[in-house]
Amino acid sequence: MATKLFNSPSEAFADLKSKGVIRDGMTVMVGGFGLCGIPEQLIIALRDTGVKGLTCISNNAGVDDWGLGLLLQTRQIRKMISSYVGENATFEKQFLQGELEVEFNPQGTLAERIRAGGAGIPAFYTATGAGTVVAEGKETRPLLRPSQGVGGATIPGRGFAGREGKAGGAAVQSGEPREYVLETGLYADLALVKAHRADPFGNLVYRKTARNFNPMMATAAAFVIAEVEEVVGLGDIDADAVHTPGNYVDRIVRTVSQKRIEQRTVRK
Amino acid sequence: MPLTRDQITVRAAKELRDGYIVNLGIGMPTLVANHIPAGMDVWLQSENGLLGIGPFPTEAEVDPDLINAGKQTVTARTGASYFSSADSFAMIRGGHIDMCILGAMQVSERGDIANWMIPGKMVKGMGGAMDLVAGVKKVVVTMEHNSKDGAAKFVRECNLPLTGRRCVHMLITDLAVFEFDEKRGGGGRFVLTEVAPGVTVDEVKARTEAGFDVAERVAVVGA
Repeated sequence: MATKLFNSPSEAFADLKSKGVIRDGMTVMVGGFGLCGIPEQLIIALRDTGVKGLTCISNNAGVDDWGLGLLLQTRQIRKMISSYVGENATFEKQFLQGELEVEFNPQGTLAERIRAGGAGIPAFYTATGAGTVVAEGKETRPLLRPSQGVGGATIPGRGFAGREGKAGGAAVQSGEPREYVLETGLYADLALVKAHRADPFGNLVYRKTARNFNPMMATAAAFVIAEVEEVVGLGDIDADAVHTPGNYVDRIVRTVSQKRIEQRTVRK
Repeated sequence: MPLTRDQITVRAAKELRDGYIVNLGIGMPTLVANHIPAGMDVWLQSENGLLGIGPFPTEAEVDPDLINAGKQTVTARTGASYFSSADSFAMIRGGHIDMCILGAMQVSERGDIANWMIPGKMVKGMGGAMDLVAGVKKVVVTMEHNSKDGAAKFVRECNLPLTGRRCVHMLITDLAVFEFDEKRGGGGRFVLTEVAPGVTVDEVKARTEAGFDVAERVAVVGA
């Protein structure tokens, strides 16, 4: 098996254009919540490839001079799929000038769309966003909550799915159906994730709240690069402690991360 | 005297129960953490993947890998757990959080909430707000009763884009406390249960656009 370990982000990216992994107009997932758990050095390497017209799937958009903010400064991003973009003047300016397209997803919907995409699930129903602009143009359907049905969620008037007649139909349903919105799974051409530790197979361990979107993104892209702080030997990560199994990861780069803090808050 | 922001959070903290799993929104709701009654075991959930938020760190304890939903550095209490954003929102959407306390721009008499965007202003996104109001067992809103220009925020119908429909269980403002009773009217109605010290029911009515019922006995907040 070819090694997955690379010495630097630029080496890990060196042949990706010729391999067709990096191309203009591609979709890329980038892990992190705020600046916590972002693959900061991989973002810089992606910028340096000069790729243009990116669709970025990332919970946030970095700050002006760090994280995805760097790719906004160079206008390499055409569209963001995010839940919250916070304080980023570059983002705001490009958005207001119509240069940047934004699709806001509720954070849980975004996380679940990525999880679903990685799990081969094309679509799912969720109550989040029902009756709001998020549901506009999407299929909706009244369903009972999973906790209200016997043997699964039910469709009003049609008894229990697959158990009609047997379970007594509508008579044993409890509670009012509520509206659910059909959301689709997400899958990208490339995912850049940040983990704390990796072994040569690509088994990953995340650290504290730097985990966030990284594990799902590692499953939901055709090519996955992990930025890590530590590479250990095969077998040095207890099999029970692996967060992302190594099969999901194509390349691993050990870096020294700056790990910038957005809101340093301390107690006296 | 209308309640101060701190007094609103003190009142909100009275809704906590021993063993509750609670998500506190950014801003005023975060302050509720300062008023958890002594001896009560409450677990605070952070949507970015932490159950068991501890106090803010000392300078030496600051860890860039450990933040809350407001991106502030925090600590984790003994017994805490970390998980992915998908697991975190499964916890939220699956009904495994007992209560959330959120701020709002508007609440309607039917329990709709608007707290994520103002048309014409820069939209920053809804973050996890839509998931929280859709999935958490009890949704408590804390907000100023009126906007700075005096306009009602507790309204008949929200004219701002909604975060969720018919999801608010309790509204705590600087003037009064309202509890949503699902059995009243067609589809439920808020009931005024408490007023701030020195505030009359008529004054609350005059400063509210929403229709609401008044409890038989209206208590005074904090009394």
